[in-house]
Amino acid sequence: MAPPAPILQMSGICKEFPGVKALSGVDFRLLPGEVHALMGENGAGKSTLIKVLTGVYAIDGGRITLEGEDVAFTGPLQSQQAGISTVYQEVNLCANLSVAENIFIGREPRRLGRIQWKRMRRRATELLAGLDLDIDVSAPLSSYSLAVQQMVAIARAVDISARVLILDEPTSSLDSGEVEQLFRVMRRLKAEGIAILFVSHFLDQIYEISDRMTILRNGSLVGEYLTSELGQVELVGKMIGRELADLEKLEDRPPARTSEPLVEAEALGRGGAIEPFTLTVHKGEVVGLAGLLGSGRTEIARLLFGADHASTGALRIDGEPVTLRTPRLAMNRGIAFCSENRRAEGLVPDLTVRENIVLALQAMRGWSRPIPRRTQDELVDKYVAALNIRPADPDQLVRNLSGGNQQKVLLARWLILEPRLLILDEPTRGIDVGAKAEIQRLVAELSDGGMAVLFVSAELEEVLRLSHKVAVLRDRRLVAELPNDDGLTTGVIMETIASGGRS
Amino acid sequence: MSSDILTSARLRLPGRLRSAYIPVLATAGLLAAMFVAGGVRYEGFASGQVVLNVFIDNAFLLVVAVGMTFVILTGGIDLSVGAVVALSTMVSASLMTDHGWPPLLVVPLVLLIGSVLGLAMGCIIHYFEIQPFIVTLAGMFLARGLCYVIGTESISITDPDYTAVAQARIALPGEMSVSVSVLIAVAVAGAAAYVLHYTRLGRNVYAIGGSEQSALLMGLPVARTKIAVYTISGFCSALGGVLFSLYTLSGYGLNALGMELDAIAAVVIGGTLLTGGSGYLAGTVLGVLVLGLIQTIISFEGTLSSWWTKIFIGLLLFAFILLQRLISARRA
Repeated sequence: MAPPAPILQMSGICKEFPGVKALSGVDFRLLPGEVHALMGENGAGKSTLIKVLTGVYAIDGGRITLEGEDVAFTGPLQSQQAGISTVYQEVNLCANLSVAENIFIGREPRRLGRIQWKRMRRRATELLAGLDLDIDVSAPLSSYSLAVQQMVAIARAVDISARVLILDEPTSSLDSGEVEQLFRVMRRLKAEGIAILFVSHFLDQIYEISDRMTILRNGSLVGEYLTSELGQVELVGKMIGRELADLEKLEDRPPARTSEPLVEAEALGRGGAIEPFTLTVHKGEVVGLAGLLGSGRTEIARLLFGADHASTGALRIDGEPVTLRTPRLAMNRGIAFCSENRRAEGLVPDLTVRENIVLALQAMRGWSRPIPRRTQDELVDKYVAALNIRPADPDQLVRNLSGGNQQKVLLARWLILEPRLLILDEPTRGIDVGAKAEIQRLVAELSDGGMAVLFVSAELEEVLRLSHKVAVLRDRRLVAELPNDDGLTTGVIMETIASGGRS
Repeated sequence: MSSDILTSARLRLPGRLRSAYIPVLATAGLLAAMFVAGGVRYEGFASGQVVLNVFIDNAFLLVVAVGMTFVILTGGIDLSVGAVVALSTMVSASLMTDHGWPPLLVVPLVLLIGSVLGLAMGCIIHYFEIQPFIVTLAGMFLARGLCYVIGTESISITDPDYTAVAQARIALPGEMSVSVSVLIAVAVAGAAAYVLHYTRLGRNVYAIGGSEQSALLMGLPVARTKIAVYTISGFCSALGGVLFSLYTLSGYGLNALGMELDAIAAVVIGGTLLTGGSGYLAGTVLGVLVLGLIQTIISFEGTLSSWWTKIFIGLLLFAFILLQRLISARRA
């Protein structure tokens, strides 16, 4: 059977930002009644392609046809009216308005110009019931979880009688039950003939839901494939442009360290945040912190960095008792902390890559002793190359970088201080598989070079792959410390979390 | 999953209702308390006419504050309102007294001038992406300066029709009466409340105050709405100026000095968040009444100087900003 004519066709799309070629000559088509996955690493151009399609950005070259007619959208409103609706990664709704309004704003049912609130609420309730969601639609959106907000966004998009629905990473903040519900909705819409463009970092989800995929790399088209004809390994290879050998290399477990202790925490604790814990980090050792979200992982990291004050216990660095009252004192002792929330707590988006990287070093030296420009350039060039930061342009604004590259900039900032203990809080969250492998390899290299690393991650495989020993947390308590030997698997860690380390 | 969400929503419901209405209810409570306290303390205070006098003395402020409510709901600010009020009184007085124009021509012209000024500031704010604070500050100097181009002295209005309207009192039952200005101000407030709650323009105002970025991505006419609120504010300031000239029967470049701050204070005391997206027009009406009643109480007290008004307004503002902070912190 010949495929139906594409409802949407993009050909030769080019888009350039100052200093960055975001898209060059990309072709993309979307058939009605299919789920089409748009694949690529962070920074490959997925978001840009979507923003071009929805009229947020104007294109510099190429053409877009919708149902055979040339279109050039100048804004989201226009593309929406043409039948292209988008649900973005971050829920782009107004949290101060009610659920019903968020679905209908801009096209409220009216009589003689007067909004009919009752009818609007009734229709919103019906619409959400169609998505198996039974909530009070007159409550403000902010009173519901992110998952519900996502569903509301989809309900809005679908109700705008969309012919094309774009879902930009809708699943990144949903739990598995919610993902299933979303997929049910997607299958229903697909059956109604709606073309769905789906972006996700979760390969399993892509294989579960999509019919076809288009792969981008560095702003260029790699190709279009049927999902059933492309294996996962091949897909990843095409996305990152090389084989998975880099990842495989790390499969060997790191050899145990028998060096002297660097940081020793003894019954260190903070009321309400973390129960007293005892943990020793040796020189050149990678210690993994495993545990559920909110189990106290970040709290331990903040205590060791002096961002919070301990209420009990003692801390020794090099066998010498210390009190870390401020992060600055911790930095003087050679401790660096890469925070979990890179946007809010780490990077300054409107400064350049260079300025962001030298920030911590400058702070250490004090403002009266500026770092000479030549030293800056040398340092920055070295780390941009070492961490493979793309684009490799120190004068690029950090804002314009993709998530994975922003994370690398943050890492570079702390690495130029040459810390003895590097605390990494969720360094690989929300970044793609290639950048993840690079960061993991870097951690292994740093530890081989004698740097101690405290590695916090929600991904147990990753913790297991990198760590010499794993500290398991549960309910704000350190419940077990497990050496990473052959007997340790993710299953064992999960059991330890579940049982609270009693066995 | 849906049943979990349902129960959690039900659990949150009472808190939600309270947090949305707390500021307005607090203002209403404060107003009632002030009225009762005044009634207990001063003879002749607890009468309907005292309340109506608050309206009569503050009709122009109410109209200006209504315009300001629109602007603040989008998360913006309009500092030009006081100067536009002064300019409007000056233009009215000059045209009627010095040039003999009829009021029926002057009033629409004044309203047009105010609206165009607002429209221009709205366009600059939106298309050049400049902070409303700076743009309306410039607008304030411009309007204030234009007053002195017209004249540096106070001009009194002697047009017989205009003075007749100014002095007319509409009798209400119970030997009470109000001025024409009050009727206009109440009509404006009613119309504004309707627009904010029942029209797309009004809901877009709230949406932009909630998140301008989201509003844009949801396909709402952000440009049109933002320009509209400054135009509305300009119109309301001009109308406020007309009411002010009815109240004083004169035009003067130094009229309404600092009125923009009174209007902002009234809106904030009325429970509207300065960050936008949350608040009610009813709150603004209550806020104006609270400000007016403070003045009334101080004049009844007799021995207190008028600067005590400012001191009380200052204290109230602190209290209400803290209240807003507490509520939004609890929401988060």
